[in-house]
Amino acid sequence: MRPFAYERAATPDEAVAQHTEGAAYLGGGTNLVDLMRLGVAVPSRIVDVTHLPHAQIETDGDGLLIGATVRNSDLAAHAVVRERFPMLARAVLSGASGQIRNMATVGGNLLQRTRCPYFQDVTRPCNRREPGTGCPAREGEHENLAVLGHTQDCVATHPSDMAVALAALDARVRIHGRGETDLDGLYGDDPARDSTLRPGDLITHVHVPPLAMPGTYRKVRERASFAFALVSIAAALDVTDGVVRDCRIALGGVAAKPWRARRAEAALRGGPATEDAFTRAAEAELAAAEPLRDNGYKIPLARNLIVRTLGELA
Amino acid sequence: MPEESQVSLVVNGRTRRIAVDTRTSVLDLLRERLGVTGPKKGCDQGQCGACTVLLDGRRVNACLVLAVAADGSRVTTVEGLADEDGPSALQTAFVEADALQCGYCTPGQLCSAAGMLDEAKDGWPSAVTGDLAEPPELTDEEIRERMSGNLCRCGAYVNIVEAIRRAAE
Repeated sequence: MRPFAYERAATPDEAVAQHTEGAAYLGGGTNLVDLMRLGVAVPSRIVDVTHLPHAQIETDGDGLLIGATVRNSDLAAHAVVRERFPMLARAVLSGASGQIRNMATVGGNLLQRTRCPYFQDVTRPCNRREPGTGCPAREGEHENLAVLGHTQDCVATHPSDMAVALAALDARVRIHGRGETDLDGLYGDDPARDSTLRPGDLITHVHVPPLAMPGTYRKVRERASFAFALVSIAAALDVTDGVVRDCRIALGGVAAKPWRARRAEAALRGGPATEDAFTRAAEAELAAAEPLRDNGYKIPLARNLIVRTLGELA
Repeated sequence: MPEESQVSLVVNGRTRRIAVDTRTSVLDLLRERLGVTGPKKGCDQGQCGACTVLLDGRRVNACLVLAVAADGSRVTTVEGLADEDGPSALQTAFVEADALQCGYCTPGQLCSAAGMLDEAKDGWPSAVTGDLAEPPELTDEEIRERMSGNLCRCGAYVNIVEAIRRAAE
């Protein structure tokens, strides 16, 4: 591991000032420390942000204001999150292990890096790690990689469960001194870039507006626990007299960002809450999918997950 | 050039002050500098749980915590689970239920289980909890899910679950 200086910031202004060229913010370290050991991340300076005053969850009207240094386990255990945002609690609980959830922060979870095997291997080319070097995943090992929104340059997936629920919840991410953005704005449309943030940008809070319909999170993975999603879904559905009044759907494990299924949502609103309608909506969304050689299984998996989850919520 | 930093931690009740290379993990500090060898190095990437310790009372992977980031914290390792009267109820349950074979993962299993039992006592839910509004009951399914961050390559899982259930009662 390359030597680095360590700073502990007490205020957001101090953190930003300490974030000089080549620096990295440290949250729980569950991803960054691992990547430093692999030589993927080589910061010259670490700015520890876990002592910033952002470790609270405030109930803001009927919504939530979640501090960026709230640990994942505290978010999932919070009484209001469990009661009013079970989709978010379940997404967080489905990620990682008990130990890692105790360490991982909300801000760090949003900004964790892809687990694409080529990104994590410094002996291989990777456009994300070193722009312009190429993407061996497209022809190589890509069973777990993207089917939606990918490009010639990058077929990575975003590993977070929590972010999928936050995308479905229309959450807004606060960046110190730069206002707010939704998750689409945070991650952008270029899969080869981790996010649209500039060096030194600091996430301070996530604002979650109220959601007045039942929702849940479901995750399909290769083993029962402590594994990344093959495909996951955060969904909410409001049905009155058999008609879909409103709905939210976001998919995980299919793209470089949490994939908000807006086409499926538009297809469902105002229509009948039937299995046929759910299937048609899922197919409308997945029509844009472009599977690679070995990950076509994700398309029927995503379709079935959408249909089954909406069926349970209806 | 390596960067050094002075850290102070309370390890199993004893204050330790030491200068460390900023790259040092809590695991390497404990094992290589302080002679506290209960926590084990398995994967060194947060996957296996053999290095699990309690940091300010919460279970974490010591391999992924930088010692400089833990400055000022309280660390409890397997060496700190027992009291003057002998092994804790959890440790006794591991012995009685035969919850180990080679023993390499056991210090991490014990610290993880100790942290997990406190989490359950505080009413924390898990991914297999049916009703998130109700305090969870520690069924075998709940124990297995909550202990998924600790691998046992001997496959002593059945008896580990049994030991933790006995300790919870």
